[in-house]
Amino acid sequence: MTEVEIAGIGMHPFGRFDGVSVTEMGVTAVRAALVDAGIGPGDRPGFQAAFCGTAYSGVAAGHKVLGALARTGMPIVDVEAGCASGGAALGLAAAAIRAGQYDTVLVFGMEKMPKGIIRSSFFEPWREESGLAATPAYFALRAQRLMRERGITKEDLAAVVVKNRAAGALNPEAMYQSPTTIEAVLGSRVVCEPLHLFMLCSPNEGAAAVVLRRGTASGSGAVRLDAAVLRSHLPGSVLGEATPLAGIEDLEITPPTTLAADAAYAEAGIGPGDVDVAECQDTDAARELLGWEELALCPPGDQAAFLASGAASLGGSRPINPSGGLLSKGEPLGASGLGQVVELTRQLRGTAGARQVDGARVALAHTVGRGANASVTILSR
Amino acid sequence: MSVRRPVVEGVFTTDPPALLGARCTICTNHHFPRLDQCPYCGHESVVPVELTGPGTLWGWTTVENPPPGYLGTVPYGFGVVELPEGLRVITRLATPTDNWTFGQPMRLRIVELGPDGDGDPVTTWEFTP
Repeated sequence: MTEVEIAGIGMHPFGRFDGVSVTEMGVTAVRAALVDAGIGPGDRPGFQAAFCGTAYSGVAAGHKVLGALARTGMPIVDVEAGCASGGAALGLAAAAIRAGQYDTVLVFGMEKMPKGIIRSSFFEPWREESGLAATPAYFALRAQRLMRERGITKEDLAAVVVKNRAAGALNPEAMYQSPTTIEAVLGSRVVCEPLHLFMLCSPNEGAAAVVLRRGTASGSGAVRLDAAVLRSHLPGSVLGEATPLAGIEDLEITPPTTLAADAAYAEAGIGPGDVDVAECQDTDAARELLGWEELALCPPGDQAAFLASGAASLGGSRPINPSGGLLSKGEPLGASGLGQVVELTRQLRGTAGARQVDGARVALAHTVGRGANASVTILSR
Repeated sequence: MSVRRPVVEGVFTTDPPALLGARCTICTNHHFPRLDQCPYCGHESVVPVELTGPGTLWGWTTVENPPPGYLGTVPYGFGVVELPEGLRVITRLATPTDNWTFGQPMRLRIVELGPDGDGDPVTTWEFTP
């Protein structure tokens, strides 16, 4: 199969940036990725197609970024797949290269989210009016079920936040760059029981960009993109990210993250045991622990022990969210999945600085959210 | 003069209180709200069912801050009730409390949510112990 390589990466930090437009953030990330890929001012346009992941940036948001950079003429496609928008854009770009359509493709994502609960046109107005569109309440019900069925405590949920914020404290591109404690997490206000404020990621602003290039048969030593898979949900799970009004017994219904992970492992020719480091969607602390079992990184019910062992922390046997995760970085929807790919590319290149996972060779990125949409990306070197 | 109106048409009835669902004659699963095609197996052979409960409590939390577009007051209870038909329904819960228990019996009732933009009272369903 045709190899696809990560030729370049770029970021605009995640956080709140008053007075900076979403287009400007996209320009910053794309410019950095082009430099990293060695695409200079004279190489125009420098890529044959561009895919832009974004949910809230409006019509032709990708065109505005590339117009500002005087790099247009190629197809530019905006991709919306909720929290998985960046992963979806990456998958389309990789598939086009593997199909022989292009040699070099730019993938970027950006967002400038409103503050507070994410309002979504996904819900019919009556559901908002009657209080049945309260996104954090759905997260809370999912967390409660995980606690009930997997023996997870609120202290375990707080420990996920402590783990991720400890890593985020080492990430100059994160929104929250300070560590926290179990006591501080449990002392933050309750948003929806059992979830406290610090257990929920902040919707925010930022951008990330990746240049993909067709690899050579012998390999160039660059980080390879082995799989970038998007899957939607199967019907029936009342607490799934599709957020239906009702559901049925769902123990036999495979969640979208597992659908994507199984396909990605098969495409990459690896198993979950081969993953050295992962970035895993932590919209809230419980979502990360659910992701561990859906991705088969940890057997169902073993999350608390795995967490307590330190295996998932920086310095552990399999660090999860070495960037600090969304709990440290915040979640700019269209950029979050590509931000994970930027982090993992650095980890595989050995340029992650204080957050470096020693000897990392295989990395996995996961996003899941509205739709439902789930994406799983596997990188290796 | 103000007129009580349901927050949505065709999803629930007031007298008697019932959720308007349907059952698929092929896969036998129930669904809610009512569609003309089974959302699980895709067959179009569905028959209307009025879901009246009672059910059992399957999940619960409290919404502390008003979500966007919300007409009612906070805090309010929010959760999942499992109905005898095997259906798990997202629902408002009566007065929030810390004393909910998994599996406790819950019955359906119609309540006033609050006034709409014209000042008319809007109704919806909730489950209460």
